[in-house]
Amino acid sequence: MRKVVLPELGQGIDKAGVSFWFFKEGDQVKEKDDLVELTTDKAAFNLPSPCSGTITQIFFHEGDQVNVGEMLCVIEE
Amino acid sequence: MVLDLKLIEYDKALEVQKGLFNGVRNGTVNSAIVFCRHYPVITLGRQAKSVNIKADQAELARRGITVRQSERGGDVTYHGPGQLVVYPVVHLELFNKDIHYFLRTLEENVIALLSSFGINAAARKGLTGVWVGEQKICSIGITVKNWISYHGLAINVSANDLKNFSLIRPCGMDIKMTSMETILKKEVSFSEVQKHFIKEYKYA
Repeated sequence: MRKVVLPELGQGIDKAGVSFWFFKEGDQVKEKDDLVELTTDKAAFNLPSPCSGTITQIFFHEGDQVNVGEMLCVIEE
Repeated sequence: MVLDLKLIEYDKALEVQKGLFNGVRNGTVNSAIVFCRHYPVITLGRQAKSVNIKADQAELARRGITVRQSERGGDVTYHGPGQLVVYPVVHLELFNKDIHYFLRTLEENVIALLSSFGINAAARKGLTGVWVGEQKICSIGITVKNWISYHGLAINVSANDLKNFSLIRPCGMDIKMTSMETILKKEVSFSEVQKHFIKEYKYA
């Protein structure tokens, strides 16, 4: 089980907003597939999957704010 | 690599950026700056709310303004031929892996450029972009994919485009825009602005 957290994005960035997910719970993903698009300040950025597997749980949804270090989803490898 | 696409449709400039993005990703391009000017277009960034376009479709059509969804960060903005649009395509991992640092550096770049024209501009905390007093002179919105940044910034050079900003709420706020020409009370050469941008640019 791989926990995907919001990584460090730079100094002074402590949170980001979820724009949308490229997948839904139950979907198969491959390593490096874009999982989710997030926004901070005037930047939109993607978060690629650290591994291949099935997304079993998504914890934050469109419009939610996520803190750095918080779990975005779980992938079963 | 510096490209000057002159006056070009938003979509075509986006294609060029995507080509450069792929070049940076596979290592054939080190870093690039694309300069251009756009035909009138309103773009909606990822945080955009359509209510921030105040004009209806008929009014936009009458003025020859198209509307595009954009994958950049930020709300709604307008681009027209009076702006110098700058799209830096940069692999941030090769410089400083920090999204906000990159945004702040772009702001500093534009502030230094404006200063060389005798315009006293500043950044405002929490309001990304470059400001002259309470008025905005440069808007910024980027996309970062796999730590490669594209999209970029727009500097209001000529005064004649400013009226079209009244059709939107720029960045979702009730702000006034200004231009280099408005402040200096004289025409400004786009190529001079480009030259100064490159001089101050730190990601090449």
